[in-house]
Amino acid sequence: MSLVYLDNNATTRVADDVLEEMLPYYGDLYGNPSSMHFFGGQVSGKLTEARERVASLIGADASEITFTGCGSESNNSSIRSAVECLPDRKKIVTTRVEHPAILGPYKYLEDRGWEVSYLSVNTNGELDLNEVAEKIDDNTALVSCMWANNETGIIFPIEEIGRLAKSHGAIFHCDAVQAAGKVPIDLSDSTIDYLSMSGHKFHGPKGVGVLYIRRGTPFAPYLIGGHQEQNRRAGTENTASIIGIGKAADLAKGFVDVETTQVAPLRDRLEQGLLDTCMDAHRNGIGEPRLPNTSSIAFDYIEGESILLALSDAEICGSSGSACTSGSLEPSHVLRALGVPFTRVHGSLRLSLSVYTKDEEIDHVLAELPPIVERLRALSPFGH
Amino acid sequence: MWDYTDKVWDHIRNPRNAGQMDDPDAVGEAGSLACGDALRLMLKVSEDDRVTDAKYQTFGCGSAVASGSALTEMLMGKSVDEIAGITNQDIVDFLGGLPDEKMHCSVMGAEALEAAVANYRGDPPPTVDEEEIVCKCFGITEDKVREAVRINALLTVEDVTHFTKAGGGCGKCHDDILAIIDDERKQERTAPAPEPRKKRLSNIQLMKMIEEAIEKHIRPALRMDGGDVDLIDIEGENVFVALRGRCASCVASGATLKQFIQQKLRELVDESIVVEEAEE
Repeated sequence: MSLVYLDNNATTRVADDVLEEMLPYYGDLYGNPSSMHFFGGQVSGKLTEARERVASLIGADASEITFTGCGSESNNSSIRSAVECLPDRKKIVTTRVEHPAILGPYKYLEDRGWEVSYLSVNTNGELDLNEVAEKIDDNTALVSCMWANNETGIIFPIEEIGRLAKSHGAIFHCDAVQAAGKVPIDLSDSTIDYLSMSGHKFHGPKGVGVLYIRRGTPFAPYLIGGHQEQNRRAGTENTASIIGIGKAADLAKGFVDVETTQVAPLRDRLEQGLLDTCMDAHRNGIGEPRLPNTSSIAFDYIEGESILLALSDAEICGSSGSACTSGSLEPSHVLRALGVPFTRVHGSLRLSLSVYTKDEEIDHVLAELPPIVERLRALSPFGH
Repeated sequence: MWDYTDKVWDHIRNPRNAGQMDDPDAVGEAGSLACGDALRLMLKVSEDDRVTDAKYQTFGCGSAVASGSALTEMLMGKSVDEIAGITNQDIVDFLGGLPDEKMHCSVMGAEALEAAVANYRGDPPPTVDEEEIVCKCFGITEDKVREAVRINALLTVEDVTHFTKAGGGCGKCHDDILAIIDDERKQERTAPAPEPRKKRLSNIQLMKMIEEAIEKHIRPALRMDGGDVDLIDIEGENVFVALRGRCASCVASGATLKQFIQQKLRELVDESIVVEEAEE
């Protein structure tokens, strides 16, 4: 069996159709879309199409779409903009399980005097709406909550949280990087002011993100010094990648159904198969609903990097919440926030599927992983 | 992906001397549960003080597996006096190098060896005094930081973190680590021998005993009332638990924590244990 790629929450393969649409813009069609000649004009026309395609995926208007350099930039821009647009409000709210591209900017503002509230999750990975209501007040500039968690896949009650934010006049930001292309998103009747997406998480290219800015919501740009993107993001457009994310959005409209009908059953078979065959294995965060493609499982007594390296030798790609795989020494803040015992955090494995995942790939993992777990347990000083 | 040497990969894929040993003559344990690794080294020693067999078990990443495996190979046939001189740098050299971020795995190997030698000689195990801890997140002592700085000629806080994990958590101890580095660079330190201290359990022993106490004596009682408890973390003498089920919302949860769980753990494991509710 060749490569079995089950790390789609880290990045996804660029769809063939996406790459095909991008290539001419790295070649002969290299014009600058801002130029006043036909050569630039044919590129700007494609950017308009890309904007419309992305808007269509999430039920927005094309004028509400700003292209950025990545999901992290969309998150940073949203947070900076909110506190700049509501300068008299000194409180910002988010959850303990956000991506570092949210927690980093929040910490930055916390160090500069903003009061930050971090919403907790229960052992299922779910938020408590009563706590959300308690933490948001009239001094709150920004509430930021992810649509779905990257490690557990748990989907949060975004509209309920948005209503609470709006009832106090706060700006509501949603990091939808893991949700876009996997579950339906419709912003036509939504409380979301800003929303972040990333191209490479749904079969588009790396190096391009989307920031949705609701019409009428104030916005202060992060990158200034250029008229591009309606003065919302300075810098010559990454034309090929924007065209690529447009095509990826177009494909994703069809993929959302496949995620439910095809990916979720495969994920369930994989997860149940592992829980059935490996002793002392546990699903991290049993809350619902969750993304159709994500499974987070903890194996007692063994460490995540060792699992990943052994899987990698079998050409299976996954990821782990263990400290050793993260570059930092801290194990997954998400699993810790769920109260997952620390040994289990270190022994956690995340497998994330895509619409390209095949039945026989799941068979391969179900054949390879249980013996790896057994072998590593024989090496472990714990649990015997 | 880490840039492991071929030799490290070989030991990851084919760990030597892994597993349990019956009736070892010496056992040494090292590691920190908070940072997710632990190593147990077991030795057979002949009457003329030579290592005739070595085995190890580890809960750890690839380089921990490789460091343990390398260590057992390095010990075979050597005298106890010879192995007592092995440092973490020797393990790194044997493996042809380790990534900077993984140096602490070699340090863990050297610590387990130190503990095993002490165990064989009947010396008290290496102890930890709370007063001495520089990095509270990972429970790293000043002595450990000094030793790593001295043996490996470390110059920056980042180096110290890579070798010992100290400073890798909240970062509040960075100034202290810097002061130690400065101090070590200024002078050859001739510290007086530390006072003998109260015997402490190794982390692995401690964790196993606490887990067993919870499983056998604490959980059944709580479950009778529809509650439950999970062990979340151990930092020194502080044991962090989360109350579940009915316990979580019970008005008497404070009493459950201190009067029941703490008392039981003090009785069954270690009298200095302090039980706290994990922040969630």
